[in-house]
Amino acid sequence: MLDPRLLEQLRSVLPAERVLTTPEELEVYAFDGTAILRQQPACVVIPDSVEQVAHVLRLATEHGVPVVTRGSGTGLAGGSVPSEGSIVLCLVQLNEILDVDTANLTMTVEPGVVTQAIADRAAAAGLFYPPDPGSIRISTIGGNVANNSGGLRGLKYGVTRDYVMALQVVLADGQILQTGTHCVKDVAGFSLRDLFIGSEGTLGVITRITLKLIPQPQAKATLLGLYDEMTDAAETISAIIADKIIPCTLEFLDRTTTECVEEYAHIGLPTDVGAVTLMEVDGHPAQVEEQAARIEQIARAHGAREVRRAESAEQATQLASARRTAFSALARRAPTVILEDVTVPRSRLAEMVSTIQRIGVTHDVTIGTFGHMGDGNLHPTFLTDENNTQEMARVEEAMKEIFQATIEMGGTITGEHGVGLAKKPFLPDAVGPVAMDLMRRLKKDFDPAGILNPGKIFD
Amino acid sequence: MSLDEPNLLKDLDYSIVQQCMHCGMCLPTCPTYAETLQERSSPRGRIAMMRAIADDRLDVSQAFAEEMYFCLGCLACQTACPAGVDYAELIETARAEVERRGVLDTPKRNVIRSLLLRRLFTSRRHLHRLGRLLRLYQRSGLERLVRVLGLLRLAPRSLRELEPLSPRISPRFTHELFASDYARKNPEEPSYRVALLAGCIADICFANVNTDTIEVLQANGCEVLLPAAQQCCGSLHSHNGEVELARGLARENLDAFSAETGGLEHLDAILVNAGGCGSHVKHYDRLLAGDAVYAARAHSWSHKAKDIHEWLAEIGVRPARPAAAPPDRPLRVTYHESCHLKHGQKISDAPRAILAAIPGVEMIELMEADWCCGSAGVYNITQPEMSMRLLDRKVGHIIDTGAVVIASGNPGCTVQIEHGLRQRGYTARVEHPVSLLAAAYRAESPKE
Repeated sequence: MLDPRLLEQLRSVLPAERVLTTPEELEVYAFDGTAILRQQPACVVIPDSVEQVAHVLRLATEHGVPVVTRGSGTGLAGGSVPSEGSIVLCLVQLNEILDVDTANLTMTVEPGVVTQAIADRAAAAGLFYPPDPGSIRISTIGGNVANNSGGLRGLKYGVTRDYVMALQVVLADGQILQTGTHCVKDVAGFSLRDLFIGSEGTLGVITRITLKLIPQPQAKATLLGLYDEMTDAAETISAIIADKIIPCTLEFLDRTTTECVEEYAHIGLPTDVGAVTLMEVDGHPAQVEEQAARIEQIARAHGAREVRRAESAEQATQLASARRTAFSALARRAPTVILEDVTVPRSRLAEMVSTIQRIGVTHDVTIGTFGHMGDGNLHPTFLTDENNTQEMARVEEAMKEIFQATIEMGGTITGEHGVGLAKKPFLPDAVGPVAMDLMRRLKKDFDPAGILNPGKIFD
Repeated sequence: MSLDEPNLLKDLDYSIVQQCMHCGMCLPTCPTYAETLQERSSPRGRIAMMRAIADDRLDVSQAFAEEMYFCLGCLACQTACPAGVDYAELIETARAEVERRGVLDTPKRNVIRSLLLRRLFTSRRHLHRLGRLLRLYQRSGLERLVRVLGLLRLAPRSLRELEPLSPRISPRFTHELFASDYARKNPEEPSYRVALLAGCIADICFANVNTDTIEVLQANGCEVLLPAAQQCCGSLHSHNGEVELARGLARENLDAFSAETGGLEHLDAILVNAGGCGSHVKHYDRLLAGDAVYAARAHSWSHKAKDIHEWLAEIGVRPARPAAAPPDRPLRVTYHESCHLKHGQKISDAPRAILAAIPGVEMIELMEADWCCGSAGVYNITQPEMSMRLLDRKVGHIIDTGAVVIASGNPGCTVQIEHGLRQRGYTARVEHPVSLLAAAYRAESPKE
């Protein structure tokens, strides 16, 4: 229960219909896209201006009440799952695209804009916003920045961080910070902007974002490789990179994932394959043509049963869209799907893939794997049932082993989903005590009262 | 709420409730979420509430009940859902539970529901009687008089707003027309034998669409039967929490169609030309799965039930020949997808194929063609504000196409969209794709 005085103060700042407290309303903000985690907040507020956000934070600091910021609630590590007694600060109404600057190649937006809308607006101006997380049609840019989201194009174009030029952030005490500029070069002081990217709502609330755009590539070719053996697919990927080709997308799906995706999308994926790779090159037409031909050659030389090429832009989009449904489509197989996000140096890919398979067998758990092979970011997904406590215990053991193996290979426990609640126990092992200590000190300085998304990333 | 209290949501197979993994893929396709940006008005939010009820963490409250009826039931979420959540089953069960508990009961609501769902839409006789009465009102000049004198101002606001949405009553109803004119036009050596479900509203308000359907079927080698004892399909009841009434109507239809066709096994297809009805009757098997007497027949019914576009595509519709007197300019047509045709039945290409079989049609794709127009059964009556917001959005896109004909395969959409166009002073008309094809057949130049 929230202090009635605080509630009254919130209602004086926001319209009544934007302060939600009924059991029905609290229930629907009790979760994000992460399996199993659920906690009702004490209240949900939906501001539509920076001033309202600042007001809410001032009140929260004054009353010592935690604030959990969220957008569309598609997070995959529980980062926006409310903490007990918290105020959920939902930013979906802050959803204006404020400016598209074609002279400086930037776009300035509010945090609640859905990322797809940014990509579309950029494309309409002949420009390109490359980061494309699987949830691009749903997730908001604020959440993307707060989690430093990746996507299918990470390999060539990088991740959200590489496109953030400036941020407006409301600090815990309600002060408004402007960090970064619209300049390509800017070394005036510490890059505070970069601290907020990937901070998962623990350091401040991002209320405005200036993004970098690049020219739209002129041409694109999309290929689909079908393999009997997963390791052949992994070796193809390594061979493409070793051949000094940087495709914009190098995705793969294992057999289980392929079956589920095909069951949903009906795009003619064969379901008797060991692995499917989705490979895309973009750039100058001549170069695209040359690289596509070379990739096809490499794939065949590494045991691809078949290599298909998308015949039209629509077909290419259809393939990429189908790939984006992989995680959700796996839910066809089991009541609970737990998605992991381990990432290893690319040279260790084939090894990691077979390690995951072995761990699944050892612990008798079903794992569907897909992911961004080109950048070493894998999504082993446990297909289980949260009500089956025995199996859940085995899942936990398998998960620990996968994390252990990742760290041993010089990888990371999360490539793009963030730490949130789900990876919190594994963070100290992954980054070490010095980093943990420094992060805690930073957090204390930014948020002395500890009201911003407490209990996420670390305690 | 105690654990042992009966609850339809708890009785539902838990795997259906648990299937949603709240990824949010449904959010951008949900019209009520897009308009409100409130999580409770999204499919994911609604399912979360249902699950909370099944798990005893939430009551079947008035707020819950209202949210269940704020949902359009357009099923766009079901198309978007990679996890394969059966939202139709969930929302119908949730509404049935709301009705079972009487959470929304008020004397007025009870009277209206009883009149509509129990009396009117369970009896074709009553519907016909009302139809004749309305026809008299519309034809006698009384309607004009009422409008001119502004007498509607005396009526309650809800009725006043509804009046322009009431469709025109057909001069003669489907069954009369069939008996007098169409039954004898069946081909002598048919390739197929099919039975038509004429619908309840369509029977009296869109008799022309039914006769056009019959004409097109006959022109494509089908012998058409129109069982006389058929009733409303029951979708209205099922969507409004009255599952038992829906089962009763399904049984009546199974009886009528079996008795009057010599048995379902002698039919190649049971055809429906309304997206909403088709989506419902295809699930008679599920509806009557627990019925020892009817389950087997319902199963065979569901196998034979087909949407008209689907059927025509399946048998290879005959394209119309160029008109004897072709118009100077092509007919600009756009296509609005009925939700229950697209999302309920996954039929999207077949209607476009039918439009492509018509010479002189210039097809212009509609933005958000599969976004609900706000008609949604009785939604435009129960939720007029949201319904009109969606209608505005739809009509805006239609106007952008510059089309003079909007093709659409569901009577509810037709009435709604025509109303929206008239309101904005547009004269474009809404036609069933099959009616356009029938007209093209009629205009054909004689065979060489």
